[in-house]
Amino acid sequence: MKTTVTSRDVGDIKIVELHGKITIGAGDLQMREAIHAAVNGGATKLLVDMKDVTTIDSSGVGELVGCYTTATNKGAKLKLVNLPPKISDVLTVTQLITVFDVFTNEKDALASF
Amino acid sequence: MTESSVSPGPIVLWLSSRFENLELGQAVLEYVCRVRGIENDAEHWIGVALREALANAIKHGNRQDPARRVMLSLGGSADDLEIIVGDEGEGFETAAVADPLAPENQMKTSGRGIFYMKTFMDDVTFSRGARGGTVLTMRKHLGGDQKKGVQTR
Repeated sequence: MKTTVTSRDVGDIKIVELHGKITIGAGDLQMREAIHAAVNGGATKLLVDMKDVTTIDSSGVGELVGCYTTATNKGAKLKLVNLPPKISDVLTVTQLITVFDVFTNEKDALASF
Repeated sequence: MTESSVSPGPIVLWLSSRFENLELGQAVLEYVCRVRGIENDAEHWIGVALREALANAIKHGNRQDPARRVMLSLGGSADDLEIIVGDEGEGFETAAVADPLAPENQMKTSGRGIFYMKTFMDDVTFSRGARGGTVLTMRKHLGGDQKKGVQTR
């Protein structure tokens, strides 16, 4: 499955949708570029939808952490939604699941901003 | 030749140091898992560990020099799957690798690859290659609990 990143707006919230692998040399950079572009474009509420992420590796996790830090440093909020169980497991074993605000559905995530 | 007649291995590949070759390694792993009857959940976590190992060899070992090769061996016995990844780099001290769970490292953007390998495999060891470089050996036991995924909850 080729990695793609799409985005859409719901009110003042930018939803970044990831599809495929978020791994070294592929989806990790695409994710970073999309989130940085949103933050640099003035978005202050970012919701990363991971429903269609099939695999994430340490580089992808590192980029996700970097995006979170970048957003936070610029006064934006970055939250996660629709984590597949295996993606949630990868964040859980490194205890990062406690760092991010994670939601199981978009409605609740949108209402949280 | 049918799959059932295939020897359990080892299968050995020499890969140039390009990240695209992670997909080749993953494809060979999927083949080995299918032949050996390793179920999808276990295959997923072994695949995550394999990708970390290959990525480390390409990035940190061989410094992404395509002229330097990465050796991948998939073998083992009836009771385990053994993955060996060797690079042609300068080697490194595993003791120097920081703990990614330490509070001061939690928000770092790198340094989790070896932790993931150790989490998802049963045994991970590093050694120096006969001609230099680092040789990583990982094992996954295929006994009664091979069907377990990662236990996080």
